[in-house]
Amino acid sequence: MAQGVWTIAEQRDGEIRKISYELVSEGRRLADALGQELTVVLLGSNIKDKAAAFGPYGANKVMVADDSRLEPYTTDAYVSVISQLVKANEPAVLLLGASVQGKDLAGRLAARLDVAMAQDCTVFAIEGGTLVATRPIYAGKAYAKVTFENSWPQMATARPKVMSVNEPDPSKSAEVMDAAFTLDDADLKTKVMDVVKDESGKVDLTEADKIVSGGRGMKGPENYYILEALADVIGASVGASRSAVDAGWRPHSDQVGQTGKVVSPNLYVACGISGAIQHLAGMSTSKVIVAINKDADAPIFQKADYGVVGDLFDVVPALTEEAKKYV
Amino acid sequence: MTEIRIIVCATQIPDPEAPLSDVSVDAQKLEVLVDAPQVISPFDENALEAAVRIKEAVGAKITVLSLGKKVSDTVLRKTLAAGADELILLEDEAFDKLDSHSTAAALAGAIQTVGGYDLILTGRQAGDWDSGQVGLILGEMLGLPCINLAREISIEDGSVVVKKGIPEGYERVKATMPALVTVSNEVGELRYISRTKMLKMIQGARSIPSWSVGDIGVHPEALQKMAITALSSPPDMGRDCQFMEGTPEEKAGKLAAVFMSLR
Ligand SMILES: Cc1cc2nc3c(=O)[nH]c(=O)nc-3n(C[C@H](O)[C@H](O)[C@H](O)COP(=O)(O)OP(=O)(O)OC[C@H]3O[C@@H](n4cnc5c(N)ncnc54)[C@H](O)[C@@H]3O)c2cc1C
Repeated sequence: MAQGVWTIAEQRDGEIRKISYELVSEGRRLADALGQELTVVLLGSNIKDKAAAFGPYGANKVMVADDSRLEPYTTDAYVSVISQLVKANEPAVLLLGASVQGKDLAGRLAARLDVAMAQDCTVFAIEGGTLVATRPIYAGKAYAKVTFENSWPQMATARPKVMSVNEPDPSKSAEVMDAAFTLDDADLKTKVMDVVKDESGKVDLTEADKIVSGGRGMKGPENYYILEALADVIGASVGASRSAVDAGWRPHSDQVGQTGKVVSPNLYVACGISGAIQHLAGMSTSKVIVAINKDADAPIFQKADYGVVGDLFDVVPALTEEAKKYV
Repeated sequence: MTEIRIIVCATQIPDPEAPLSDVSVDAQKLEVLVDAPQVISPFDENALEAAVRIKEAVGAKITVLSLGKKVSDTVLRKTLAAGADELILLEDEAFDKLDSHSTAAALAGAIQTVGGYDLILTGRQAGDWDSGQVGLILGEMLGLPCINLAREISIEDGSVVVKKGIPEGYERVKATMPALVTVSNEVGELRYISRTKMLKMIQGARSIPSWSVGDIGVHPEALQKMAITALSSPPDMGRDCQFMEGTPEEKAGKLAAVFMSLR
């Protein structure tokens, strides 16, 4: 019988991403509800020293797959290794993050394992000993609860920043073990030729605590310095709507929404963004939403906690000045 | 090189631009009701655009497959007007409410029936459930190399080279054909089709083949792995917008105070 809850850790350049701790914390809650163990799977190259990080958050075991071909992340190599580990150990529940990388990995992994997978979930529960996942559909216009039928492990991805993180308990530690796997070059059917990074080398939006986003109302790429100045003062990252990205004003990695990143920061400030449903799909679970828009009827105000009706070119610089007073 | 054969999988969904007020939930029947016309899922249109560009660049024959309980050929004929050579509808009562696995299984059956392909293109995700699964499962079922989230696709002697979106930018990934690629919106919107061209296609005498379970040899209902147990309208986030009043400076001052109270 399938036993145990597994979470797949996400790391980039050897740094554990925040979503990994969210997954461990949620995994712990589900493992407790099932009365089973929680195992974290960590992949990378020379990564073993990071394995100790998960015990304090509730992991019982950390399984480390260390191989130079696992850095950087490639879909083929990760899918090959994780699918071997899952088949050999038969966990009951398998959770990944609904980050860009996590969704890419989970999609292929579910296909390889021939199991169902619930994408981008906001709530998990154990009912009658099995996983029930809740997820937004139709760009958040409805919510569905789904279950898995004769499909093991029960697999899902969790929306970043929705699951609460356990207070780490330094007295707790997890057993660290080496994963047994083979990585055959024949499994690597696609070849990464090169990687091109967008110039913006800042905090990943899905991990940002605060986000200031600009849309078509910014009028051009040269005006984003207004948002960057505010972001600097309040410690935020800068995002964008798809209109701004499609216009070439901002890199795609800045896009918030259905086809961009799904974010849930503590503070989301939408400047010159109308609030199309596809944009809302990417940010409506933020804790506090502020909208600045010159159109009092813009739909974004219906989803906002605080609103300013006005010209962002007046309001945002004034806001930056006011915020400086508190620093 | 001989002309390459591309299969594009295109699903039909209620217009995703429909406002929230036109979407309701039948919690008993477990159905989402959308009062909006059917359209081709936007990412599948992007996939078709990518296919047509490849056809223009290196020559290709494009077959579009569309699966559903009832597929509107008026909606799908647009694909022919845009440059597809062949459209096959996959229609059957049994194709209703399929999950990602059973949809992929049915498409795999149809693709094997078509045969002789070099490249399969799907949208990165359907515009309704956003699972991003069907293309990847399909690739796995057909044993093909898969590349997800294409921003740009080119063909280089027998291989497909894709700019694949990653969190911090993109990577260029190469695979030998036959291969499957899921396409993202950065590829570009489906080209504009004039009304006259569209009408000509819709009213055209050309008959569109329609295949059912018997033709593809797959019974997808038996392959369902996911069940919906409840549907609901979005939770009320309890947001009630509080507007800042005054001059721009006063508004800014009040908002700054809100920001600081959040720390
Ligand atoms: C399948 C699909 C997926 C999509 N995915 C996404 C996605 O991931 N993310 C996304 O954002 N969109 C997405 N979209 C697009 C979405 O539907 C909207 O077109 C887009 O979000 C609009 O961007 P915007 O709000 O910046 O522009 P607009 O809708 O043009 O709004 C601009 C706003 O700026 C205001 N404004 C103008 N000037 C000023 C000023 N000086 N001061 C203050 N306010 C001003 C205007 O009043 C207006 O409200 C998707 C669409 C589809 C069909």
